[in-house]
Amino acid sequence: MVPLNYYLLLSAVLFVIGAAGVLIRRDLIVILMSVELMLNAVNLTFIAFARSLGSMDGQVIVFFVMTVAAAEAVVGLAIIISVFRHHRTLDPRQMQLLKW
Amino acid sequence: METLSLLRLIPLVPLLGTGANIFFGARLGRKNAGLLASAAVAFSFLLSLWIFVLLPATGSFRDTLFTWIESGSFKAQISFQVDALTAVMLLVVTGIGFLIHLYSLGYMGHDEGMVRYFAYLNLFIFFMLLLVLADNLLLLFVGWEGVGLCSYLLIGFWHQDHTNTIAGNKAFIVNRIGDFGFLLGILLLVWELGGQGVWGIDFITLKGSAHLLAPEKVTLITLLLFAGATGKSAQIPLYVWLPDAMQGPTPVSALIHAATMVTAGVYMTARLHFLFTLAPATLAVIAAIGALTALFAATIALAQNDIKRVLAYSTVSQLGYMFLAVGVGAFSAAIFHLFTHAFFKACLFLTAGSVIHGLQGEQDMRKMGGLKERMPITYWSHLIAALAISGAPLTAGFFSKDQIIWQAYTGPNGTVCLWLMAWITAGLTAFYMFRQLFMVFHGECRAAEHVRSHIHESPRVMTVPLIVLAFGSVFAGWLGPPEFMWGSAWDRWLGPLFGAVEEVAHGDKGQEIFFMLFTLAIAGAGLYLAYLAYLRGINFPGYLSSWAAGFPYRLLVNKYYIDELYDLLWVRPFTGISTWLAKFFDVAIIDGIVNGVAERVRGSGLFWRRLQSGNIQHYLLGFLTGTLMMLAYYLYR
Repeated sequence: MVPLNYYLLLSAVLFVIGAAGVLIRRDLIVILMSVELMLNAVNLTFIAFARSLGSMDGQVIVFFVMTVAAAEAVVGLAIIISVFRHHRTLDPRQMQLLKW
Repeated sequence: METLSLLRLIPLVPLLGTGANIFFGARLGRKNAGLLASAAVAFSFLLSLWIFVLLPATGSFRDTLFTWIESGSFKAQISFQVDALTAVMLLVVTGIGFLIHLYSLGYMGHDEGMVRYFAYLNLFIFFMLLLVLADNLLLLFVGWEGVGLCSYLLIGFWHQDHTNTIAGNKAFIVNRIGDFGFLLGILLLVWELGGQGVWGIDFITLKGSAHLLAPEKVTLITLLLFAGATGKSAQIPLYVWLPDAMQGPTPVSALIHAATMVTAGVYMTARLHFLFTLAPATLAVIAAIGALTALFAATIALAQNDIKRVLAYSTVSQLGYMFLAVGVGAFSAAIFHLFTHAFFKACLFLTAGSVIHGLQGEQDMRKMGGLKERMPITYWSHLIAALAISGAPLTAGFFSKDQIIWQAYTGPNGTVCLWLMAWITAGLTAFYMFRQLFMVFHGECRAAEHVRSHIHESPRVMTVPLIVLAFGSVFAGWLGPPEFMWGSAWDRWLGPLFGAVEEVAHGDKGQEIFFMLFTLAIAGAGLYLAYLAYLRGINFPGYLSSWAAGFPYRLLVNKYYIDELYDLLWVRPFTGISTWLAKFFDVAIIDGIVNGVAERVRGSGLFWRRLQSGNIQHYLLGFLTGTLMMLAYYLYR
């Protein structure tokens, strides 16, 4: 059986990649994908612990997270489409109307 | 001590008159507003008269409304009382007040602000009645401040003219200086009596426990109270406001600045006679200031040319007489002079008002003259009142003033020096009064041509009060003639109140008659000199005015430069400091602190707003960093 640490390490790596993507990339769609990546990294942790501890709680939470993530993707993509129609760009640096 | 709950109506009805005029005056119309105000005072007068008849010689009536202040053992009530002294004051205030209301109906008949005028006048009557009816010192103080307020409002009644508002301010501020002393006196009195375990401020308690106070404390308390009296009753050094108060309408000068309000100080000392007699040092001070004021103001009155200013200085001088009487311990003589003075001085002011009315606002006596035929009623009233104030035999002033002059010598604290000052003042009084009479009513008419053709006698609503007051100027004195004539009803009425306090000097008859003749002689001399100078044209005033390079004359015309002196000593330094505070301290320090705080906040905002870049990824970075730091804190603490 694969030891717990491997899973945790993998999910940590995935989370950091996701976080870096959110902070660095210049495209809203990629940023949204990176957020999904972070969520799934967390899901992986939950599953790994549930398996390791023999408890169902973690798996239940993962279902919740997946539901929320689906809803979030729907709303997020809708906003992105609307933003694109308005600005003709998806670069977050161009969207600074709310500063000061 | 009987309870009589009608008492509250005496002050309340004029107060209702004020309220009605303030709220419904515009709808009532000017004439009705004036009639309403007069009716309110007439009601108070009739009620006062009735109470005067009911009042037993040594008893008193009381009416307690409610407890005003209660703190620990200390208690002050809204409560009225009437005894012999208050009854006299009530009649003076409401009686003369009513006549002057009537007169005002004519005098102010064409004025835009008549409704406001009558509202103020009724308010004044209310506060004055509060002052004389109060059964404790705190309530008296409320009335005391209230009449000061009304005085201020009425001096500056024609507020469109800036000099009037300045005069009003001056009166108010000078009075406040005196009132500060008065308030300190009340507080010290309460404090000291409280130290003896007596917590009360009503006159009966005070009278019963005045002997508990240490003598030096009594002296201090009475001196402070007298400081209030010097302000309200225009004595040296705070008399300066009264001549300026003549800027107000003439009936106001008659009512407030001659007959009633300015006598509040005399009333207060008489009311607290049991305290003042415990402090011989204070009485000596009062007598000295009274005599000095009488003489000083009379000399100024010699050289004034404004018809009302002569009367104003005359009022200051007569008030000096009253305080002289208080100072020598002759309280009932002081109140008697207050009583008679109210008649003839109100009469003089109202005749002056009638003259001013007839001459379309002219107040300079050099531009009058020869009005005798054109205004006969005014002339005769003025003549009778002038005779009364000069002390012509069998007039009111003759009895009241002679009694004071005599008491100044023979009274418990009388001295030759006081008598001499009072005696000289009597001569000066006769001189300046008849100088005025001759300048205004006799000789050639010096008025401008367009004014001269319009000179007319005043309407009846104004002349009737003049006639009544002229009668009072003669017969009011008959209540208190000396013992050798037909005995003083006045002393029998007020004597028991002052009781053992006042040892009326019953010197021998011959001496009293001798003093009387002596005073008559100087008054007659003053009258005769005025006759020579202003009717026969013997120009010795012209010679005197140029004597010693005109210096003494200029001193008198300029009122001894007292206003200038006060200006230099107090007003200028004060305004200087105020200006410095406003221009420098307020701008640099106060505004500096406020603006400095605002500037720092703004500066820090300018700096920190750079955090708000608007770029969502920057915020997310901050978010992540924060989370990591919190995590690190929990893991490694």
